Amino acid sequence: MTEPQISDDLIAAHGLSTSEYGEILRLLNRDPTFTELGIFSAMWNEHCSYKSSKKWLRTLPTEGPQVICGPGENAGVVDIGDGLAVVFKMESHNHPSYIEPYQGAATGVGGILRDVFTMGARPIAAMNALSFGMPDHPKTRQLVHGVVEGVGGYGNCFGVPTVGGEVRFHRSYNGNCLVNAFAAGLARADSIFYSAASGVGMPVVYLGAKTGRDGVGGATMASAEFDDTIEEKRPTVQVGDPFTEKSLMEACLELMATGAVISIQDMGAAGLTCSAVEMGDKGNLGVRLDLENVPVREADMTAYEMMLSESQERMLMVLRPELEAEAKAVFDKWDLDFAIVGETIAEDRFLITHNGETKADLPLKALSGTAPEYDRPWERSPIPAPLEDIPQIGPFAALEALLGSPNYASKAWVYEQYDTQVMADTVRAPGLGAGVVRVHGTRKLLAFTSDVTPRYVKANPVEGGKQAVAEAYRNLTAVGARALATTDNLNFGNPEKPEIMGQFVGAIEGIGAACRALDMPIVSGNVSLYNETDGSGILPTPTIGAVGLIDDAAQLIAGTAHSGCVALVIGETHGHLGQSALMAEAFGREEGDAPPVDLELERRHGEFLLANRQWITAASDLSDGGLALAAFEMAAAGGVGLTLDSGDIGQLFGEDQARYLVACTFDAAEFLLSEGYRQGIAIETVGKFGGKKLRIGGHSGPFSEYLSLWSDSFEARLG
Amino acid sequence: MKVAVIVFPGSNCDRDMVRAFELAGAEVSRVWHKETALPAGIDLIGIPGGFSFGDYLRCGAIAARSPICGAVREHAGRGGYVLGVCNGFQILAETGLLPGALMRNRRLKYICRTVPLTITSTDSPFTARFTQGQQIALPIAHHDGNYNATPEQLELLRGEDRIVFTYDDNPNGSVNDIAGIVSANRRVLGMMPHPERAVEAAHGNTDGAQLFAGLMEALGTADA
Repeated sequence: MTEPQISDDLIAAHGLSTSEYGEILRLLNRDPTFTELGIFSAMWNEHCSYKSSKKWLRTLPTEGPQVICGPGENAGVVDIGDGLAVVFKMESHNHPSYIEPYQGAATGVGGILRDVFTMGARPIAAMNALSFGMPDHPKTRQLVHGVVEGVGGYGNCFGVPTVGGEVRFHRSYNGNCLVNAFAAGLARADSIFYSAASGVGMPVVYLGAKTGRDGVGGATMASAEFDDTIEEKRPTVQVGDPFTEKSLMEACLELMATGAVISIQDMGAAGLTCSAVEMGDKGNLGVRLDLENVPVREADMTAYEMMLSESQERMLMVLRPELEAEAKAVFDKWDLDFAIVGETIAEDRFLITHNGETKADLPLKALSGTAPEYDRPWERSPIPAPLEDIPQIGPFAALEALLGSPNYASKAWVYEQYDTQVMADTVRAPGLGAGVVRVHGTRKLLAFTSDVTPRYVKANPVEGGKQAVAEAYRNLTAVGARALATTDNLNFGNPEKPEIMGQFVGAIEGIGAACRALDMPIVSGNVSLYNETDGSGILPTPTIGAVGLIDDAAQLIAGTAHSGCVALVIGETHGHLGQSALMAEAFGREEGDAPPVDLELERRHGEFLLANRQWITAASDLSDGGLALAAFEMAAAGGVGLTLDSGDIGQLFGEDQARYLVACTFDAAEFLLSEGYRQGIAIETVGKFGGKKLRIGGHSGPFSEYLSLWSDSFEARLG
Repeated sequence: MKVAVIVFPGSNCDRDMVRAFELAGAEVSRVWHKETALPAGIDLIGIPGGFSFGDYLRCGAIAARSPICGAVREHAGRGGYVLGVCNGFQILAETGLLPGALMRNRRLKYICRTVPLTITSTDSPFTARFTQGQQIALPIAHHDGNYNATPEQLELLRGEDRIVFTYDDNPNGSVNDIAGIVSANRRVLGMMPHPERAVEAAHGNTDGAQLFAGLMEALGTADA
């Protein structure tokens, strides 16, 4: 088959700029072939090369005594003692999910699970953070149904419990939803598998599903803004097969146990190209691939298509030749394709042949090593004026505005479509802050949370970035866990606009500062840029996924508030209403500055809570929606009524940081108050749990009515 | 009690079922679906939940034609015990060892939540430790748990007291609120709820433990 001639249009269609093409000519001293052009476009697009973000990502803290492997591999690896490690990462699948919600979301989950088991870890928990346009936007309902079913369809079949996540709605996502998928797995700390190939002449083995034409050019698509040609991009979305992935995982874990695996890399974005280059680059080796040996699903596939296919559930491995028979037996057992498609070579060369014809012959190191890197111009976001003229509203009307909004209503409609208990280790399922699972064979528990408040990040990227990490820290602390490490999924608009790049730079600054102060190094992550439609960007959404460790199950804080429990707030309430949930939901106003984050105070209050956990029945972080929403949710979980003493809107709905709501017995409250006083920690009684009423500031209503509103309003709008 | 838990490609509750049996004191082996025979001396076969063969074609349809299912039929034919949970129930229905079929849930959505159930028959080793009419709660997690059967089959199930669990608040549209049924000899149980997810304090609910304890009582000494 003859390949098309390289033309300006063809170069542009591959998302390569004139200067980037010039760089290719300089590297090769000749015109690239069509297949080579495809390979460059796959390696140099934003999605794979991080060319706009690299400079700033380097400033993030990635090290700590607990870190076994930081960013750069398929997932981060963190020591949890007892010879075990937790392996985790979060990754976006935004663009595909908007084009084809079910498959886009499903393959997002599949991709992140593969990242985790590629490293030798069995996935034990998943989360997903979803951002959609307004509930009444004509596309939203279809996207919500498709994405939720896709996440569930893949994760449920694969057999990993979904233990947490977020769902939000905002008009900025009308034309560009966000699907951020997180997965964590458990591995033995001394048997982690990496992607670096080693040894010359070692067989490069292709495993898993066959290669089809799905997803050709997907990574390039994910690096462009949307416009009205979006329907034409549907063929760039991959199709997921969770059944094959589950078999692939079992087969990989069995194969790893045989000692046959030298290195392994999953085929994700840009498929065979990215995985082969990664293995060669990290191992300082060249790679030769003979494409006629690639298992294919369709007839007459070209080299170009095979190199750029994003067919799912595929792996590339370098194997010990002497154990090839054992390896093949494992894959035969699981009825998966196993084919030797090439070998490692000594020269720095990426050589692709197809039926004896050379289709690409490139310097391998240069493909990743000389990928362009940009220092894009950026403008610091102006600090907004503080919120003034707070409108009058009664506390009950204010609470109703939140409970009736799909943003703050119960998300049971969503998470009941996910298997939250498979593996029978889930200790805390979604809906109550951080999710918690047991670590088999130990007394340990792992806690997971995913957090960001995009309104804050838009108003003040630095404080908003800090806040996302601080909220994750608080959610982990509130279940009694010590924060271990973080993964970040940075979703932003077009980085070529200085104000968007300024949001990115500011958020990274805030995230970095908070991760340093709270000892939560970033061990993995993903950047998704160009989240814009027709020139209008999303709210900057740097999702923070964090993992915490509870050394002994007895230290878990997992009770529910019961009748007679006192409600305490740790931390000071000033009534910060700028960028608050209340202002947005009740008045449609996203004004003022984000709440400032005092990292020193976050740490002190978190330590105070952990040191006194034996006195605490239930705890929750206070974040958007403030005390009123958190206390309501705690009462709802406990099936009891609630009394809040103050009727002041700032006290009830203010979003001041470094605060926790605690439910405890009367005696415990006495102790905590005196202990707080002794240590100079602000702590106060704000009400109590019990009865059948909702009482706020001396007025009351039936709790059950508010409970129905909270329980039903998500499904009523979107079900 | 010697238990064999069958593993199909796509099974994902096999490890959970093994653990629940082991906690109850059973000796458990896992058996790959391509095997044609069971280990010697097996008292009970466990068919776990999950998505055997991806639920492709029809839930349980391909698994029911796996090589090991010949041995499962023989075991049941000899009066051996079989427990099928969730996908396991679907597979048992597809093998014909239990009557009826599991269709897509009434509202067409996957449902994962803990639901209240009533013990409607204690006349089986699976439910002997419960009391008649007892209310328990167990997790469900399925897309296709909407049980249906012909009027004749339902009449037989009722007449022979073979409906052992019913839903108190029918989540999936099952006819007569049926959540679990036994075979005519009361030794094969198929149920959609997951007892193995409710056997330890950490699960927040131990109602499922009675099922495994009941089996130990009935079979624990059989091979002693």
